[in-house]
Amino acid sequence: MTINGWIQIAIYFAVLTALVVPLGRFMARVFAGERTFLTPVLKPVETLIYRLSGVDEAREQHWLTYTIAMLAFNAAGFLAVYAILRLQAVLPLNPADMSAVAPDLAFNTAVSFATNTNWQNYGGESTMSYLSQMAALTTQNFVSAATGIALVLALIRGFARASMQTVGNFWVDMTRSTLYVLLPLSFLCALFLVWQGVPQNLGAYVDATTLEGATQSLSQGPAASQIAIKQLGTNGGGFWNANSSVPYENPTPLTNFVEMLYILLISAALTHTFGRMVKDERQGWAIYAAMSVIFLAGVVVTYWAESAGNPLFAALGLDPANMEGKEVRFGIANSSLWAVATTAASNGSVNAMHDSFTPLGGMIPIILMQLGEIVYGGVGSGLYGMLLLVVIAMFVAGLMVGRTPEYLGKKIEAKEVKMAILAVVVLPLMILGFTAISVVAPFSLSSVQDPGPHGFSEILYLFTSQTANNGSAFAGFTGNTLWYNTTGGLSMLVGRYFVIIPAMAIAGSLVEKKLLPASAGTFPTHGGLFVGLLVGVILIIGGLTFFPALALGPVVEHLAMLAKSVF
Amino acid sequence: MLQHLRPAILMIALFTALTGILYPLAVTGIAQVAFPRQANGSLVELNGKVIGSSIMGQSFSGERYFHGRPSATVGPDPKDATKTVDTPYNAASSAGSNYGPTSKALNERMREAVEQRKSENGAQRVPTDLVTASGSGLDPHISPEAALFQVPRVAKARNMPEDRLRQLVGEHTEGRLLGILGEPRVNVLALNLALDGTVRR
Repeated sequence: MTINGWIQIAIYFAVLTALVVPLGRFMARVFAGERTFLTPVLKPVETLIYRLSGVDEAREQHWLTYTIAMLAFNAAGFLAVYAILRLQAVLPLNPADMSAVAPDLAFNTAVSFATNTNWQNYGGESTMSYLSQMAALTTQNFVSAATGIALVLALIRGFARASMQTVGNFWVDMTRSTLYVLLPLSFLCALFLVWQGVPQNLGAYVDATTLEGATQSLSQGPAASQIAIKQLGTNGGGFWNANSSVPYENPTPLTNFVEMLYILLISAALTHTFGRMVKDERQGWAIYAAMSVIFLAGVVVTYWAESAGNPLFAALGLDPANMEGKEVRFGIANSSLWAVATTAASNGSVNAMHDSFTPLGGMIPIILMQLGEIVYGGVGSGLYGMLLLVVIAMFVAGLMVGRTPEYLGKKIEAKEVKMAILAVVVLPLMILGFTAISVVAPFSLSSVQDPGPHGFSEILYLFTSQTANNGSAFAGFTGNTLWYNTTGGLSMLVGRYFVIIPAMAIAGSLVEKKLLPASAGTFPTHGGLFVGLLVGVILIIGGLTFFPALALGPVVEHLAMLAKSVF
Repeated sequence: MLQHLRPAILMIALFTALTGILYPLAVTGIAQVAFPRQANGSLVELNGKVIGSSIMGQSFSGERYFHGRPSATVGPDPKDATKTVDTPYNAASSAGSNYGPTSKALNERMREAVEQRKSENGAQRVPTDLVTASGSGLDPHISPEAALFQVPRVAKARNMPEDRLRQLVGEHTEGRLLGILGEPRVNVLALNLALDGTVRR
């Protein structure tokens, strides 16, 4: 660990925090339909989209209608991706002559992008045509992120409104998120990335003759436009196989800073949007504080573990700092910070190979995903996941004093608590269930690259990442098999929709309730005590659920590494 | 459900047109005009032939050149297309080794690499980045220490004074941005191109 490393981390956190208010305020205005500086340009486009697709902008939806509209939209998106991938060989913009994507891989990829996961059982430059990258994958990067934002808006309205039936209009929320937030920010970032060196062309791969006379095929494509949104929309699916570690995808420390900032930007700012929508900005800051406590703790552990490095390196007479799988231009600090940011969010892009992290350095990403990616989290999904845990935390607080819990003036009753618990138990069910089957079945064990405890961590990471809709991997693992494509696809679907539907049910239940005035007995939810309680509840739920599994993987491997054992 | 099908299908079609076609094409158009070199891959030409990209690493193994980091990329086996073979710095198939920290294969690979680097360059303390594979397999950089470590070998192979080479490494060392962001580094291709230029001069 170096002073410079800490300064880089501190600057990152400071810039992120500084952007929370301006972007959060802007989004609050957009989602309320108020006028912003983009309105003159984009309002005509927005109106045109509603007119062409037959949507009545003014007509609000009941929570169930809202959810069904979202499901129909995601299903249509899934089918569109699947069709394009299967047909890419006969479609245009395929200079590298990619053949059709196999059915199980196309299924996994379509689920992966529709659920905002971007798990990749393929390498972009060796599988996808330019049209697939653009029309199938880039599109889903936008609309799956917009779906997440729409859903959290519905849940926030559940708290903010009283004695009503409707939670907003899905089509309007999704369209506004895409047009006013995702598209302009991506556009700016894409041009910045090209300026720094990220390719943006439709040309064929370039064959270079290297200085030593070998042939090097340099893969090209419309990369910058996709990289901007995959960072911003917490999608994370790389244009190239090795994602943002590839110099073409992330050429300089400056692009690294901006790409890393984009991972958490919207999710962090949404806490402020939330505060504004419930008319108490302190509520947003309390959530932001709870997220930041866990985030910074994760950064400290991972940066420490990667810097302390690997005693096996020291035994070879080397500096033990763990540079395996990391790029020189980023070094230990930026690689550690990225790994924590990308798994705190549901992003999953990487600028270093998590599979080669030290056991404890790699355990932090696993834990952050297992907590449900509520530390800033995915765009929209992070905040609705966090609000579900707030419901549980308030329930626990209510039990302690024997009083019906309230949050933001709404009574938290049996229905809300049941729904929140339902969403929380889905994660361990899929993660631990499929991991348990995969570590005993011979057909699933052949995918493991590393024997010993690390092999267990690879399987655990895979189901954790897919269920939590993250998309990063311990990538030595061969995920592209029938078993993992299918179970992984299932994990992504359940991990996304079995959290969304209970969250929407809570939104529908809350929106009908009366607003209770705060009294002397109301537990204030904007102070340090609430932040402490929330962090405590998150860590206790996550710890009790996943500690045994973590003990078998990263913890055992850490002890083995200290004893200089290899497998 | 049915009344949602029409907006669902139309919205997907409209957003595919807007974010999947128009947006990337608009970025491509502006990029090709404003930043044509970067947009087309930052290609480096020598005597009219493309010799690589200034931001992508390429493989160096001859003793007259500075070497980059180990690369774990693979490529199709020319003898049997269903298999893959080690193909360092394959820019059409980026990858890291993905070996875990307690992997025996990693440990053996590193042990061999340390021995090889020592025997090539004289027995000194080997910089870690010279024996660890990068994340992409295409890292264009090495640390300044890793460049200086190789100076005696290159000097001997080229019959050049070591001081001149150290100076060249110094000239090609990029610092942190504003003294803060990133890590100090040397672009291996740029350094080797300068090396060839120096010799010719």
